Amino acid sequence: MLRRASMLLARRPILAARARPFSTDLPAAPSADATFTEAWTKVIPNMDPPKTPLSFMQPRPPTPSSIPSKLTVNFVLPYASELATKEFANPCYDLIPVFKHSILSLFLLIVPATTGQMGVLPGHVATIAELKPGVLSVHEGSEVTKYFVSSGFVFIHANSFADIIAVEAVPLDRLDVNLVQKGLAEFTSKLSSATTDLEKAEAQIGIDVHSALNSALTG
Amino acid sequence: MALAALRREGRRFAPMISPRPITALRSSPLAPSLEDEGPIGVRYISTQVVRNRMKSVKNIQKITKAMKMVAASKLRAIQTKAENSRGLWQPFTALLGDLPSADVKKNVVVTISSDKGLCGGINSTSVKISKGLHKLNSGPEKETKYVILGEKAKAQLIRDSKKDIELIITELQKNPLNYTQVSVLADEILKNVEYDALRIVFNKFYSVVSFVPTVSTVLSPEIVEREAESGGKLGDLDSYEVEGGETKGEILQNLAEFQFSCVMFNAVLENACSEQGARMSAMDSSSRNAGDMLDRLTLTYNRTRQASITTELIEIISGASALEG
Repeated sequence: MLRRASMLLARRPILAARARPFSTDLPAAPSADATFTEAWTKVIPNMDPPKTPLSFMQPRPPTPSSIPSKLTVNFVLPYASELATKEFANPCYDLIPVFKHSILSLFLLIVPATTGQMGVLPGHVATIAELKPGVLSVHEGSEVTKYFVSSGFVFIHANSFADIIAVEAVPLDRLDVNLVQKGLAEFTSKLSSATTDLEKAEAQIGIDVHSALNSALTG
Repeated sequence: MALAALRREGRRFAPMISPRPITALRSSPLAPSLEDEGPIGVRYISTQVVRNRMKSVKNIQKITKAMKMVAASKLRAIQTKAENSRGLWQPFTALLGDLPSADVKKNVVVTISSDKGLCGGINSTSVKISKGLHKLNSGPEKETKYVILGEKAKAQLIRDSKKDIELIITELQKNPLNYTQVSVLADEILKNVEYDALRIVFNKFYSVVSFVPTVSTVLSPEIVEREAESGGKLGDLDSYEVEGGETKGEILQNLAEFQFSCVMFNAVLENACSEQGARMSAMDSSSRNAGDMLDRLTLTYNRTRQASITTELIEIISGASALEG
């Protein structure tokens, strides 16, 4: 028993030296809520207070005073991070006027908000927007990457950080036109045969999503 | 002199040799008997009991080793999912901050635990933290309710906090965890439980040997508005323009619900990883203990075996020398 305790003690420093294997979790700015820890230690002195998400956050840059030239985009889904803090510089702001290029390298992010397609450039005002099913396109210079997004939220922070949180996002080339048409027909028939409000709402949602898919594939 | 020495040896083993009647009495209930009967008047301890114990301990060692392998493979499968879901809650904390010390009237503690046991102390830690939060948030006009996910926390909390439990959900891991399932669950919780603040208690997975108890707080939209007005960490929430035809209140409501489902998804995955990791280390130490026990039993077995052989030898020799001399 004592042998094992000493073995465990010997093992711990080795683990600590190897450090955290997941760099996404490095507490670069280990700030914790001081009031919470104080209140906890007062009431329950025997246990360590539990950690809170603040200690696991990756630090965000502070709000700059002038319009920033970079937009950092964080596009996350429950199963993956599509774009994890990818920086998009908008070089037109620091281009020398003599630059003779026919195509202006531009970065633009178009999100399908409930009020319509919204364009995001570096220096956009801080916004919280809910997304409806539609196409999200990332214009990076001349390349365009399009995703069909089911729904979610987009937060644009004052420090030129954009967070897009979506439930499902697929690149457009993975969508099958026939299945979309079939789904649309199915939900339209469901709506006409729906009795309760709940069924009507569900059918309506299905129609919205499929018609958005349709327009995304055709338009 | 040799005879005297042998007699001395005989006396040393005297406790093992006892008069016959007692042997007859004792041998009947034990079959295979502890004391075997050799030639008349002789008894030596059988190795049968020790051998049985060794067999059972060896089986236990095999089982725990197998359980460790199973836990390791399950951990590998679920670890990638958990890592991928880590980016999901960060935007919410970046926007709304993290206020575990918010003073609210209706607290709901969502305790996430496992259904199966043999996973070390992680479920007990979660329950202790939940009870701690209950104590922390107790006061006049304040109430704390529990929503329990998993059998183990249910067993522990039902004993003393039965009246505070709102909802119990078990068999979460019957199907592989996915976002749809968790969002349905979150919907159920939000529908049935009135809350001002939801505190989700789970074990965050650092590494195979390290799990940190964590509490994530999701505030209801009214409390968010209240905190935003009073300034402090959420003070700049007002500076955010809210796009959308609906009012800010509705957007915040949707936001709170979405945040809850995202945080729950991450929490459930992390807890599942922690469970498998804890089970791995528990089964590993169990197999090591079984190995140690087996070593000790083997030594006892050999000693007993050798002692019985020695006794036999002595009896034969003393018998032979009695015949000669």
